[in-house]
Amino acid sequence: MSGGNLIVMEKRPITLHINGCDIDVLIEPRKLLSDVIREDARLTGTHVGCEHGVCGACTILIDGRPQRSCLTFAIQAQGKTLSTIEGVVGEDGGYTALQQAMHEEHGLQCGFCTPGIIVTFEAYLKNNPDPTEDEIRDVLSGNLCRCTGYQNIIRAIKKAAAMIRVDVGGA
Amino acid sequence: MKPGKFTYHAPENLHAANQLLAELGDDAKIIAGGQSLIPVMNLRLAQPDHLIDINGISELAGIHQENGLFTLGCLTRHADVETSPLLMDKFPLLPAAAKRIGHLAIRNRGTIGGSLCNADPAAEWPLIAILLDAHLSIQSSGGERHTPAKEFIQSVYTVDLGADEILTTVAFPPLARGEGWAVNQICRRTGDFALVSVAVTLKLDRQGHIERLRLCLGSMDVTPFRLIDVEQAARGKIPDKAWIHEMAGIAFDAGSPESDMHASAQYRREMAAHLTSEVLTEALGRCRAGT
Ligand SMILES: Cc1cc2nc3c(=O)[nH]c(=O)nc-3n(C[C@H](O)[C@H](O)[C@H](O)COP(=O)(O)OP(=O)(O)OC[C@H]3O[C@@H](n4cnc5c(N)ncnc54)[C@H](O)[C@@H]3O)c2cc1C
Ligand code: FES
Ligand code: FES
Repeated sequence: MSGGNLIVMEKRPITLHINGCDIDVLIEPRKLLSDVIREDARLTGTHVGCEHGVCGACTILIDGRPQRSCLTFAIQAQGKTLSTIEGVVGEDGGYTALQQAMHEEHGLQCGFCTPGIIVTFEAYLKNNPDPTEDEIRDVLSGNLCRCTGYQNIIRAIKKAAAMIRVDVGGA
Repeated sequence: MKPGKFTYHAPENLHAANQLLAELGDDAKIIAGGQSLIPVMNLRLAQPDHLIDINGISELAGIHQENGLFTLGCLTRHADVETSPLLMDKFPLLPAAAKRIGHLAIRNRGTIGGSLCNADPAAEWPLIAILLDAHLSIQSSGGERHTPAKEFIQSVYTVDLGADEILTTVAFPPLARGEGWAVNQICRRTGDFALVSVAVTLKLDRQGHIERLRLCLGSMDVTPFRLIDVEQAARGKIPDKAWIHEMAGIAFDAGSPESDMHASAQYRREMAAHLTSEVLTEALGRCRAGT
């Protein structure tokens, strides 16, 4: 590619720790974490809707906390533990309680918003196993869904919370 | 929708950050949570040549109670205020305000220092810092200075901060024993910036007369502002329904709100009146419950 040299010189090698794997990438500092996850790490389950923090489609966990990957530069994520939707797996390798409940309650249609919602609530339910509907709605305000009208998502989250409580209680 | 090129710096301590700022001057910008800066960079409304990332400077984060003040490091995330056991117990006003900022994922990254330096007239921290007369500490390579929030926040997105200065801590004087408080706002949707916000503290004496009132309005002018004259005139009065009604009327006439695509000036005035009456009632409830 012409002019390639210059661009390569501005790139820096960094290592990202995503879903338990170390991934080496060569990137410009201006590259958003969302783009590096999708284009360099090839994990395309993290979606990009708005790139200014509003839609929530790009939400991932950074050190266990839901954050916008479109509002962080990848270079800032070195040394952090990142988890994306691809890292959300049930204990037996199947669905998690939340994924199963989303399936059963028709919590998704096109699925564009779904990774952001699942990642957010996997973390949220871990710390808040018995949320009220108001609390669920408050957290869900950070994820826009243009298909479902939200009611089924809320139903799924409540169901998942109950399933998790039974699991934990029974263990 | 992609940011322009910049050189990335990640100083390990405050001194190094100050030095970089002094060298690079106006071409450099601090990045804290990036929750206001990265959106404007993605939209190419800002294109700094250098970004100085202060996230690795651990001394800038943390919540402490010292010398009778509650001191928050500039890097303290909104979510850390919201869930701080110390603040929930001793200063619940601060977690209640933090909870109203944006969404969970924004609160997990955005910082109190970034919000104050950004000085959005609709943002929570400028409103609360002005309400409570917070003291800010500001560091440059030349030394440290202190300034009250009211003087720091000058206008829309405009603060009193030199090119080589970094806001380091925000110190809140605690409420008095039995002093009531309330914060409320009107948003189109949960997590949106407030169309109007009102925050209040209220202290009564033993006879139930007003000893101290603080009333601060947000989104009603270029910065949040206190109604100092009204606060002083309230001293000694009985906070009954008629008084609350009178205060709502004063809030209606206060400031000079703008009409924009989100709300008309008239609507903002009506909501300022409505919210004032709500927060005063709520704060009175807290006074009487003795919390
Ligand atoms: C979708 C969305 C919704 C939001 N909703 C709300 C809301 O309802 N209410 C609200 O209050 N906020 C809201 N915000 C803004 C959010 O609170 C930001 O976290 C905050 O405004 C900026 O903090 P930050 O740490 O992200 O700062 P940054 O974006 O990193 O920085 C903001 C500015 O301050 C400067 N700066 C930062 N820290 C310092 C420092 N220590 N010293 C000197 N300069 C500094 C930077 O150079 C930059 O100019 C929202 C943001 C998004 C994306
Ligand atoms: S793409 Fe990040 S919030 Fe919309
Ligand atoms: S399922 Fe289509 S946007 Fe939510």
